[in-house]
Amino acid sequence: MPPMEQQKLSGRPLVGQAISRLEGYEKVTGAARYSGEFNVKDLLYGYVINSTITKGKIISIDTSKAEAIPGVITVFHHGNRPSLAWFSMQYADMDAPPGTPFRPLQNGEVKYNGQPIALLVADSFETARYAATLVKVVYTTEEFQTDLIGNMAKARAPKGGLATFLKPPPPKPFGDFEKAFEAAPFKATGKFIHGTEHHNPMELFTTTTVYNGKGKLTIYDKTQGTVNCQLYVANVFGLHFKDVRVISPYVGGAFGSGLRPQHQLFFSVMAALELKRNVRVTLDRHQMFTFGHRPPTVQFTRFGATVDGKVTALNHEAIAETSRFEDYTEVVVNWAHMLYPAQNTLFKYNLVPLDVFSPLDMRAPGGSTGLHAIESTMDELAYQLKIDPLELRLINYAERDESTDRPYSSKELRKCYLQGAEQFGWNKRSPEPRSMRNGHKLVGYGMATGIWEAMQLPARAAASITTEGKLKVNSAVTDIGTGTLTVMSQIAADEMGLPLEDVSFTYGDSKMAFAPIQGGSFTISSVGSAVKAACNALKKKILKKAKTMDNSPFKSHKIDEVVFADRKMISIANPSVFISYSDIIAANDHKVIKSVNFAMPKALKLKKYSRAAHSASFVEVEVDEELGTINVTRAVTAVAAGKIINPKTAKSQILGGMVWSISKALREETISDHRFGKYMNMNIAEYHIPVHADIHDLDVIFVEEQDDIVNELGTKGVGEIGLAAMPSAIANAIYHATGKRINQFPIHFDQLL
Amino acid sequence: MHTYESGLKEEMQHQSELSMTINGVPKSRTVKPWVSLLDYLREYLDLTGTKKGCDHGQCGACTVICDGKRILSCLTLAVMKEGSEITTIEGIAKDGELHPLQQAFIDHDAFQCGYCTPGQICSAIGMIAEGKAKTRSEVKELMSGNLCRCGANTNIIDAIMDVQKGAGNE
Amino acid sequence: MQDALAKINISQKHRAVAGGTNLIDLMKYFITDAAELVDVNTIPQHHAIEELPDGGLRLGALTTNAETAYHPLVESRYPLLSKAILAGASAQIRNMATNGGNLMQRTRCYYFYDVNTPCNKRTPGSGCAAIGGYNRTMAIMGTSEHCIAVFPSDMCVALAALNAVVNIEGPDGDRQLPFADFHRLPGDTPHLDNNLKDGELISSIDLPAEGFPQHYSYLKLRDRNSYAFALVSVATAFELCDTGISKARIALGGVAHRPWRVTEAEVFLNGKDPVRVNFEAAADIILQGAVPFEHNAFKIELAKRAIVRNCMMALDPDTQLPGAQPSH
Repeated sequence: MPPMEQQKLSGRPLVGQAISRLEGYEKVTGAARYSGEFNVKDLLYGYVINSTITKGKIISIDTSKAEAIPGVITVFHHGNRPSLAWFSMQYADMDAPPGTPFRPLQNGEVKYNGQPIALLVADSFETARYAATLVKVVYTTEEFQTDLIGNMAKARAPKGGLATFLKPPPPKPFGDFEKAFEAAPFKATGKFIHGTEHHNPMELFTTTTVYNGKGKLTIYDKTQGTVNCQLYVANVFGLHFKDVRVISPYVGGAFGSGLRPQHQLFFSVMAALELKRNVRVTLDRHQMFTFGHRPPTVQFTRFGATVDGKVTALNHEAIAETSRFEDYTEVVVNWAHMLYPAQNTLFKYNLVPLDVFSPLDMRAPGGSTGLHAIESTMDELAYQLKIDPLELRLINYAERDESTDRPYSSKELRKCYLQGAEQFGWNKRSPEPRSMRNGHKLVGYGMATGIWEAMQLPARAAASITTEGKLKVNSAVTDIGTGTLTVMSQIAADEMGLPLEDVSFTYGDSKMAFAPIQGGSFTISSVGSAVKAACNALKKKILKKAKTMDNSPFKSHKIDEVVFADRKMISIANPSVFISYSDIIAANDHKVIKSVNFAMPKALKLKKYSRAAHSASFVEVEVDEELGTINVTRAVTAVAAGKIINPKTAKSQILGGMVWSISKALREETISDHRFGKYMNMNIAEYHIPVHADIHDLDVIFVEEQDDIVNELGTKGVGEIGLAAMPSAIANAIYHATGKRINQFPIHFDQLL
Repeated sequence: MHTYESGLKEEMQHQSELSMTINGVPKSRTVKPWVSLLDYLREYLDLTGTKKGCDHGQCGACTVICDGKRILSCLTLAVMKEGSEITTIEGIAKDGELHPLQQAFIDHDAFQCGYCTPGQICSAIGMIAEGKAKTRSEVKELMSGNLCRCGANTNIIDAIMDVQKGAGNE
Repeated sequence: MQDALAKINISQKHRAVAGGTNLIDLMKYFITDAAELVDVNTIPQHHAIEELPDGGLRLGALTTNAETAYHPLVESRYPLLSKAILAGASAQIRNMATNGGNLMQRTRCYYFYDVNTPCNKRTPGSGCAAIGGYNRTMAIMGTSEHCIAVFPSDMCVALAALNAVVNIEGPDGDRQLPFADFHRLPGDTPHLDNNLKDGELISSIDLPAEGFPQHYSYLKLRDRNSYAFALVSVATAFELCDTGISKARIALGGVAHRPWRVTEAEVFLNGKDPVRVNFEAAADIILQGAVPFEHNAFKIELAKRAIVRNCMMALDPDTQLPGAQPSH
């Protein structure tokens, strides 16, 4: 349909408008119920018991004292668990890396500290938590290794596997890196150390399983994939997938932690099936440190450049932690050559298996790690060359993706650089480190580039015109706080020419149309495309129905000769010819008209292009010269991410990424004690995420970027890109302020003394 | 090594009658003494708007207003609040009309996942009533007991500053 | 009151709970146990803030931290105390936590909180995992081979600087302890945080008349700008006269098992000019004998700089920022 015509008839489109979140009322009044808040009748409470050793075997579990406590129902452990699926593949969820997934209660083997080894079920939360302390476990212990730094020599290449199609291996080498680097007149190198991080969404991981009898379950779960959890439960417990319904109406943050089914789901379902009762299992905050995490990673960079700043040699290598049972990987070293067109490159990515749980994607996985190394090495190179860091990026601007020898489907990074710099006032930067100050504070400016791949996965959506002539759309997708409900409603409303109040988008239920896990910034492109496809199919059905009506004026109309606007289908040739949706429904014997459709990435077309969102961050820090304390006083992030469906919710995604950047660069860290093979700050008093007092002026720019290739919506996703550039920009600003280059995150202020 | 052992087992049978006023409505029921105010609200009264984010006074998600003051409901036992007047997020809107702060949170997109939101709102209402924060940096400091993992911090403070100005506190 | 005392005295398994902000936290982690909690909040005479005949001020043990910090007499006469209280915890916790409870709070040592690691404070005789472990947050002064834990209070750092006195009621009658004698060093009894005896309760805290309302500052350095425990904090108060400093008080937090004061440094400053070089010399006196561990050596240099900076800040309290942060 001609877009001009559509716009003329339907007025201002909703897509592109800063609409407030549609679930806002529920969230500000406390009416929104999260997975642990369905207080069904006769609920039992499970409390997970964790191993207190890191590696070894359970010799015995004595539950007698615990079971003597009034209110305790039972204790499940490997010795008395029901029989479960035997093949490890049946535990493999949509996001499982190559290897053997962890199987709770499989046997008495302990593979990592804090491993769930038993579940105590009682009639109240307090009784369960207390009685769990009375369970006595005897172990034999074995030697373990949890320290990446001490075990780097054991690094090896990751295994290949199905799950890696979203995570390609490092690009092949070009030219002769060593020779080119040797010959380069200007060089910058770095060693970058990142520790473990845990997602720590505000909501605790909780599953409430409602036992409906005859092996049928309704499960309220905290997850980023209702279908993923549905299939996992069906496979592990030998149930028909239609008997398993997973519902996640609200998800209190996830950031990747809900990409895989977590063990509270397993335990809640197991107990419900065995006891034929409703069971809730909630992990408490310290137990939120007993599953996936962002892996510690050590990176090495060597960049070489000509006297006029052209980068000629790029080397980026990373060594990351994984578990003994799965090869979790991230895309860490693939970005440099996508950003900078050097002729000589060398990239390596290796893993060290350790006695920890498998790492798990955490917001901007790999990207936020790798770009720190790349962009701080570029910053160092700029100082070596005495070229402005922004100018150095422009000198090395990649018009196409040299790493794969493909053009970009669109790339407005240059606009990000220029508009970001303008808004920030980058031209006020004096080039020398320690050359700007404000009272007791040294002032520093830093900038960096961000990139994140624009992905699309197959997804379905169902759309129907109701008997009232309104639109209903559904998808199994979750809304983890990203604004999914709002943006899907906007897309659907525009497609059908309806005001928002006539559209209801329902989601977060495995019973609904299939959606992949919600992550990687691909939800808008995957599910949004499916919503569009379902609406388009619905339009065809409406036209088809209209044609069957007596004396239908639409008999000769093709689909591109009508528009759908103002609650009607209208003839473009003669806008006085129209039929309202309610009249169509009346003609359809007052039955709903429905369509369920798939949207697939157009693989053949897409293969010819690299697709990525880009960003540039500009940061001002103030460092107290005497005490080292650091404040990010101002930051601007300019983003090119294709079409922005909702500037309000999209801006919040970027702001969130910017706060995460401050957290990553300056705050959060999981502290390990490798003598015990365990984490020591498993709480959010000492796992420091930023408080309000840490966050100052943050600004977001979305630059215009039109992309007709990436998908039908022209969207690239905004969940990760806000965390791509800014951590490095903070480190670079600290260097500019202090002359100290600290390549280890988080930067502790005392390192600046 | 860390057991209550003796005394506790018989204590576990012990329940006491607890009365308090919650969102203007007198509520009375028996409860065991070790139930936190937070769990009492969520699990016993089905007032799940008050959130559990850490259960240890580290996040502020469980903030409620008790006798006019913002407190953490996870760090007090329900029985210690006998006779108290508690306002939870469910009691902030009056007759379906949102409190200005609730509306400001929507307008400023001051939440994403929404899980810290009830605590942020109750805390901000408590803070405005205390009247100790005038400037933006004072508001940030006195709201720092409420963590937000989504990173809605700037929007949250914007929303509060808007309402605070309206209340003549600026 | 006598009821409460009698009950608490039955057994060590009975514990007094006031604000609950630390005790209930610890009980949920099964670090502290109690067969029965005695809610002492109903003792009315412990709630008051009242003026004393000698010009001092009595702070009820059950008065909350927030009521104390915002009390007009505290704000006007003891602004150092007000600042220190407001640098601790969060507004919600300060609304609950009591003055007595603040003195009684336990360390935030990671190993104390993890019941599956050795800790002499939690389980006497089990060893100290912090000494050879991750000890970035731990003590540099007054440690022993049994414990290097830090006392986490901010309020108490100011109380130490102000020469407060702790009033105690107990089965053997009432007594008073000067603030410096209330908290203990770990020695070979790290499980004892303070010198309160079984069955005793804090009833109030007395502040002497001298409150240093002109020249004071509290500086807190930590891993985020608010709602975090101190790595190093400093309470400083001066009385100045024409000839320089006539009286000085400096107490440190975050560096020892109790608020840390070295009176020699204060005596040194008497009669000296309020200038950086003298503050540096005072800092050196205070930090003499500091012993670092693997990850906390920075605390010595940080403490020195913090003392100097806070002395400078104390000269001009108007420039101080919310949250006891370094001034601009």
